[in-house]
Amino acid sequence: MTLADTIAAARAAGDPGAIAKAVPYANFIGIDAYLDREAVICTLDGDGPIVGNPTLPAIHGGVICAFLEHAALMQLIWDLAPGPLPRTINVSVEYLRSGGLERTHARALVTRRGRRVANVRTEAWQSDPERPVAVAHGHFLLAG
Amino acid sequence: MSGVGPTESRNPIAADLDAAQRFADAIPHGREIGLRVEAIAPGRARFLLPWHERLIGNPETGVLHGGAVATLIDTASGCAVFSALPEIVPIATLDLRVDYLKPAAPREPLRADCRCYRLTRNVGFTRAIAYHDDPDDPVANSVGTFMVGSSDAIFGLGEPARGAPA
Repeated sequence: MTLADTIAAARAAGDPGAIAKAVPYANFIGIDAYLDREAVICTLDGDGPIVGNPTLPAIHGGVICAFLEHAALMQLIWDLAPGPLPRTINVSVEYLRSGGLERTHARALVTRRGRRVANVRTEAWQSDPERPVAVAHGHFLLAG
Repeated sequence: MSGVGPTESRNPIAADLDAAQRFADAIPHGREIGLRVEAIAPGRARFLLPWHERLIGNPETGVLHGGAVATLIDTASGCAVFSALPEIVPIATLDLRVDYLKPAAPREPLRADCRCYRLTRNVGFTRAIAYHDDPDDPVANSVGTFMVGSSDAIFGLGEPARGAPA
């Protein structure tokens, strides 16, 4: 099954988690996804190999960056399929508070979608959606 | 860099490769993905990320996930700030921007060369490039800022971070 087939089947089944499971890195750090109306909500397991600071303890900042980038890509793939996979041009992350070793959620807002580039804002939170642990914005290439 | 050399520094990792590797190994996720310190000097760190299948972002091309590149850069940039400090205090990433210049080549290790080009009492400013073998042919470019002496430290070198000087 090609990735395009996986994406098509996931969309037909309304299960974005099937796309996350097809990406080795997303699997490795423990990303899953579910649909909330047309919004893809990504989740990051709290007990995976993601620890940055064992003393606090806290999730590695690089993993949080990866999670936010992945959440943006997942929303774009969901909105755009079928078509070429979007590619990250850049991502800029602000760390607002340390992420504890519990389940983290992320949602993405596509603020502008042009012919070639999409601008996406993402936000990650844990138990309280009003207290995000990190926010990011990025640019993604949609064609070419 | 900051004008602090290893002789007058109370910073054990300022120019000691083994101590810097112990710093890297104290980060469980860094150890998990096999991050190695290749070079360390005050305000400068070069890390290597070995290629591994589980770091793949596109299963059809074998290209690394951007997140793995960002993790390499974040860790090495933090280490560059640490090595610039006169003594080790907890730090935390304030922000990090990564520009992906071209896809990482499958099955190739990736390096990040990071500099803390400015250190104030509160903030370390970093820039970094990621590349395979040729720094003039980078895969990614990055800038970051790190809070120095953070009570909410992401990097803590095993010391209690809560209650540390803000």
